[in-house]
Amino acid sequence: MLAKLYDWIDERLDITPMWRDLADHEVPEHVNPAYHFSAFVYCFGGLTFFTIVIQILSGMFLVMYYVPDIDRAWDSVFYLQNKVAYGQIVRGMHHWGASVTIVMVFLHTLRVFFTGAYKKPRELNWIVGVLLFFVILGLGFTGYLLPWDMKALFATKVGLQIAASVPFIGGWIQTLLQGSDVVGAQTLARFFAIHVFFLPAVLLGLLAAHFIMIRRQGISGPL
Amino acid sequence: MSNNEHDVTRRQFLNYTLTGVGGFMAAGMLMPMLRFAVDPLLQNKTSGKMVAVTNVSQLTNEPQRFTFKVKKVDGWHTFEEQKIAYIYKKENGEILALSPICTHLGCTVSWNDPAFPNEFHCPCHGGRYTKSGINIPGTPPPEPLHVYDQKVKGGTVYLGEDHPRGGS
Repeated sequence: MLAKLYDWIDERLDITPMWRDLADHEVPEHVNPAYHFSAFVYCFGGLTFFTIVIQILSGMFLVMYYVPDIDRAWDSVFYLQNKVAYGQIVRGMHHWGASVTIVMVFLHTLRVFFTGAYKKPRELNWIVGVLLFFVILGLGFTGYLLPWDMKALFATKVGLQIAASVPFIGGWIQTLLQGSDVVGAQTLARFFAIHVFFLPAVLLGLLAAHFIMIRRQGISGPL
Repeated sequence: MSNNEHDVTRRQFLNYTLTGVGGFMAAGMLMPMLRFAVDPLLQNKTSGKMVAVTNVSQLTNEPQRFTFKVKKVDGWHTFEEQKIAYIYKKENGEILALSPICTHLGCTVSWNDPAFPNEFHCPCHGGRYTKSGINIPGTPPPEPLHVYDQKVKGGTVYLGEDHPRGGS
């Protein structure tokens, strides 16, 4: 049945080469932990992607219950965590997954650095990777405010003061991020928009570039 | 003993086991999220408390309009919903409390409109009901006005949820 459906689509759209291209590329021996166990360090990039997928999925489900308003944000988080079935787990996935993502990004960066994988011809991919790192930090920073508890508020105040310390344009950056002269209603709405629309869009674009480049250039050779 | 027809190749075996294990892990990840999303479907319906609306002594044989407030909990939001009831005493002394929500498309009907005396009339599409809330044939409503659960305690009329009466 499924095979027939697949054939029906494949006959018309010739989809086999598309997924073959993804599925059938060889994993070189030096990055395969089955040959050299130490090659597990090559898994961190994939693990980063895996945690990002978890973040996107759990985030999509969390916004079903979350509202970005100073009166209600905390109540809605409390409700979704304590009154909705599996709320603690779904929020937990997003909360802990955020930290795990940063750790995985860091380990992936270390692996690329110490294997020298950033060298010519892969400099552009390193640059995109650094941009991805910043975007992920941005997601962490903006997401931290959303539960709208004391920790969120004061962490964001500190973060915005750091932004304000930039020479010459610091004040503008702060006002732009804060959306107001206090950390309040407009900051929360703004951070929400940045957290769920702007940064994820940039993240997905950069990830696509990152993956297309690695397919084009292949994994760097053994040490 | 040859078993060629049922042989599973190494590749097939790996395909099946890896797909199985992968599917199990994906399900472990997605199941809590899906259960989380469908929670409103599986929440227990909390039947609201009966609310004191008026005194029995106020009631006559003529439907009168009473408003009352019902406390509602909507997730993280608690509010009071204003409801309307037309209440009167029937010939046999029974109390009937009708919901004025038209069963056609949900507009609010009113009693004793000058153009339609002794009837409930809906201004939207001309739906009409008799005094006891039965829809008049030939007008849009498909069923009678809903009736509130009611009880009388210590001379006070309490109303609960409204229910369809069936029939037409």
